[in-house]
Amino acid sequence: MGKYLAMIRMRFLMMLAYRTDYYTGILIYSINIGAYYFLWNAIYGEKSSIEGLSGMQMTTYVAVAWMARAFYFNNIDREIATEIKDGKVAIEMIRPYNYLGMKTMQGLGEGIFRFFFFSIPGMLLVAFIFPIELPRDPAVWGIFGISLLFSFIINTQINLLTGITTFFLYNNAGLIRAKRVIIDLFSGLLLPISFYPIWAQEVMKYLPFQGISYVPSMIFTNGYSSGEIGMALLQQLIWCIILLIPIQLLWIVAKKQLIIQGG
Amino acid sequence: MFYVSMFFQYVSQYMKTRLQYRADFFMEILSDLLNQVVNLVFILVVFGHTQFLSGWSREEIIFIYGFFLIPFALFSAFFNIWDFNDRYIVKGEMDRILTRPIHSLFQVILERIELEALFGVVTGLIIIFYSAISLDLQLAWYDPILFIIFAIGGALAYAAIFVAIASIGFWSDAKTSIMPMMYNIGNYGRYPVDIYNKVIRFVLTWVLPFAFVGVYPASYFLRKEEWYAYAFATPVIGVAFFVISVFIWNQGVKRYRGAGN
Repeated sequence: MGKYLAMIRMRFLMMLAYRTDYYTGILIYSINIGAYYFLWNAIYGEKSSIEGLSGMQMTTYVAVAWMARAFYFNNIDREIATEIKDGKVAIEMIRPYNYLGMKTMQGLGEGIFRFFFFSIPGMLLVAFIFPIELPRDPAVWGIFGISLLFSFIINTQINLLTGITTFFLYNNAGLIRAKRVIIDLFSGLLLPISFYPIWAQEVMKYLPFQGISYVPSMIFTNGYSSGEIGMALLQQLIWCIILLIPIQLLWIVAKKQLIIQGG
Repeated sequence: MFYVSMFFQYVSQYMKTRLQYRADFFMEILSDLLNQVVNLVFILVVFGHTQFLSGWSREEIIFIYGFFLIPFALFSAFFNIWDFNDRYIVKGEMDRILTRPIHSLFQVILERIELEALFGVVTGLIIIFYSAISLDLQLAWYDPILFIIFAIGGALAYAAIFVAIASIGFWSDAKTSIMPMMYNIGNYGRYPVDIYNKVIRFVLTWVLPFAFVGVYPASYFLRKEEWYAYAFATPVIGVAFFVISVFIWNQGVKRYRGAGN
């Protein structure tokens, strides 16, 4: 366990060393939030609520969805792909730790860094510029935190899966990009899932993506009833467990047919 | 003439290298396509809940998006210079560029072309045809000509912003993330400017003219007469901004001292 904690710490410190890169990151996210803020304002027009969300809740939803993304988002799929292409993965695999576990911990270190240096100041900045409503009940904050942790796990698992495909495809830059776009759309980052047509919502119920952004954002905006919160959290938990299976299977196959292209 | 033949030589060279890795080439086109589909899905889903967006109908918004894709595709194919600072200044590659017989900006553009982005023109045209038919738009004989002029004007406006920002690298080689920021601001131009507040509208028109890539020129074809003045200004703004940005670039090149050994 100690070595994984060390990994988190190392990545955290590494990010800290390059922290200036993140100030523009906050600006970029604020620009995106601004774009959607104006768009949603125009969409709401005279309407006081759409699909149970008021205009104010919608702004809050957009803001928290983006700032949460700063926490769960990472590039470990790309890192894995690079390490496989460079042949570095061979060294990694003889080291005394689980390669995928180590990657996850690096992602977590990055996430914790961004949570404190990106999400929190970003949220403060955005709350200052746009009319958003922060939850008053401390319990909501707590549940949101748990849900956010699940988002991180699900998103990271999907990243691991995408990363492992490099073993089979050799060059999967396109797949990585496609995955990113799909997650932005189906996770509820761009649009709350409840806005989709019913048939699309039915399909998405059977996909892991809404656990990434929609669930924590809805909790934060008080868009769920208490019964729905429980169900949503349970769904996230179940996906965290289910996704372990394809990762393990692919990993076993990948290790067997690994070809080091250089080194 | 020399510039034209250089251009085609680089294009043919580029095609050879890209087609060597066909799977990746198609994957890239496919992921661009996916991106466009996502944006369309967004518009479609949103209009499931409202009839008008500040007075613009669903088909009109789709038309604007379709139009936006065309100048954007031209820009992405030929002005792939977002990493100019890292790639040319920090690594000292600019020294090599300056020894070449053609204009330095043109040389950089040739080396960085990404022709697969041109596929966006096809998607854009399909989207435009679909929405033009559902809106029952009438075409005058000169409209296709105006269309091409507006598209090029929009692409030049877009390119101007990026060339000007890339030129900052000549003055300061510090790592900046202004480029990715610009890509995000550029998205504002995909929607009617009247949904934004006055300050943002002003910025999108006169400072970072992203509105001339989407809404303004598209409003001519949508017969929105109140925007005609802006629509017809598109090529003027495009050329004017581009000339200014090339001027900034040239000034920057004069200041360039080279990095490393």
